[in-house]
Amino acid sequence: MTREEIVEEVNKILAEQFELNPASLKEPGTKLHEELGLDSLDAVDIVVTMEKKFGCRIQEAEAREIRTLDQLYDCINKLKNP
Amino acid sequence: MQNNSKRQVAVTGIGIISSIGITPAEVTESLRLGRSGIVLDEARKSLGFRSALTGKVKELKPADYGLDRKALKTMGQPALYGCCAASDAIKDAALTPELRGSGRCGVVFGNDSCISAAVEAVDTLRREKETHFIGSGSVFQGMNSTVTMNLGSRFGIRGANWTLSAACASGAHAVGQGLMLIRSGLQDIVIAGGAQETGLESMAAFDALNAFSVQEDAPQKASRPFDKGRSGLVPSGGGACLVLEDLAHALRRGARVHAVISGYGFSSDGAHLSLPSSEGSERAVRHALADAGLAPEMINYINAHATSTPAGDAAEAKMIARVFGTSVPVSSTKSMTGHECWMAGASELVYCILMAKGGFIAPNINFEEADPECAGINVVREARPAKLRHVLSDSFGFGGTNAAIILDLEPDLPGGI
Repeated sequence: MTREEIVEEVNKILAEQFELNPASLKEPGTKLHEELGLDSLDAVDIVVTMEKKFGCRIQEAEAREIRTLDQLYDCINKLKNP
Repeated sequence: MQNNSKRQVAVTGIGIISSIGITPAEVTESLRLGRSGIVLDEARKSLGFRSALTGKVKELKPADYGLDRKALKTMGQPALYGCCAASDAIKDAALTPELRGSGRCGVVFGNDSCISAAVEAVDTLRREKETHFIGSGSVFQGMNSTVTMNLGSRFGIRGANWTLSAACASGAHAVGQGLMLIRSGLQDIVIAGGAQETGLESMAAFDALNAFSVQEDAPQKASRPFDKGRSGLVPSGGGACLVLEDLAHALRRGARVHAVISGYGFSSDGAHLSLPSSEGSERAVRHALADAGLAPEMINYINAHATSTPAGDAAEAKMIARVFGTSVPVSSTKSMTGHECWMAGASELVYCILMAKGGFIAPNINFEEADPECAGINVVREARPAKLRHVLSDSFGFGGTNAAIILDLEPDLPGGI
């Protein structure tokens, strides 16, 4: 799975399951909390949803460092394409 | 018990989600027509329930109540029902964000379980072998206070915020406590009510007590309070909300007054866990009458707790006959709704208000043959026109907890209602 495919899939999940406007997901530097309004409870669910979708395990310490869309894509990309 | 407060407490908003309708208009029509909300749930049958009968609440459209994914994530079923009812009641009472956030407005609901959410969480754990996969919403869905925690956050409540658990009297005691909070001057407004989940998980253990009706061949005839052929209750649920408000506060802001809560009485049997005592319920009713300053003969309708169980209905009928005599009209709306358990004490107050507005008394459907054990009370078989003034609703729960509430539906107000 390429990074581009991961980006597309992550954005699709965020739009469909977390009710985010697809237009708000275009900038990779967008901040999950400040700009997309996702809170700590959403973070728990995003991790579980991504793990199930991509068949990987995101460690707590890694998850805590994710602040932007780009960091989320990177995290999954690293796990899928080590 | 005597009311020493000068503050009177009005009902300025109502909302109801039940098996007989999800708007006040629908519910009024059902009450007038004697329409039952009871169905047979095949899923319960196949799982091994002794009785597969249940009240069925129409599927709600959360978007109609402004509830999105984020709001729903933390709501167990009682919270969803309670929030939809509260949303309607808050709109009805025209409670602005300023009023709700003043610190003088609280929320107190009756609820005594969130079993379905807890079962789902543990099912996930057993399947996935890690709590991690339960997700973030489950803990908020599975707590008894799921209704009030969600309501408090959603509606910006900055005063009282808690849930009260007292089995099948939870809703009534929540309204009673709201009344006391306002009378004492601690709050001006309390969004009070009750909620009851309807998922089959929530009723499996109750079904094991052999207390449910087994008249499955005719579900709508299964709940038959006071009737000789009754064989048990039919579980049901939903959400009911009443906005309680200091009467002077309500009148100052020009709010519509649906009713005044004139009396509340409570008691505990101090006896058997599940067998009702007519002595305990009588004390609660007499406390409510004293609180309202009314003689028994001034009550012109009783919405009975009567759940359609052989022992409970008989004990209540004896108590009513002793306190009120034989002429006051009595009906149990549970004949139509089934037993709305944790919310019943609140929903039945809403039903009384809707009856008064519609100018009728709702029937005790399925009352075909009087049971000698329930003799001496005037059970209303068919809807009848009535001008209701003082009505009493009583509620009893496991552990012998009793509540009685009296509504004044035609209170003397400056300029009238």
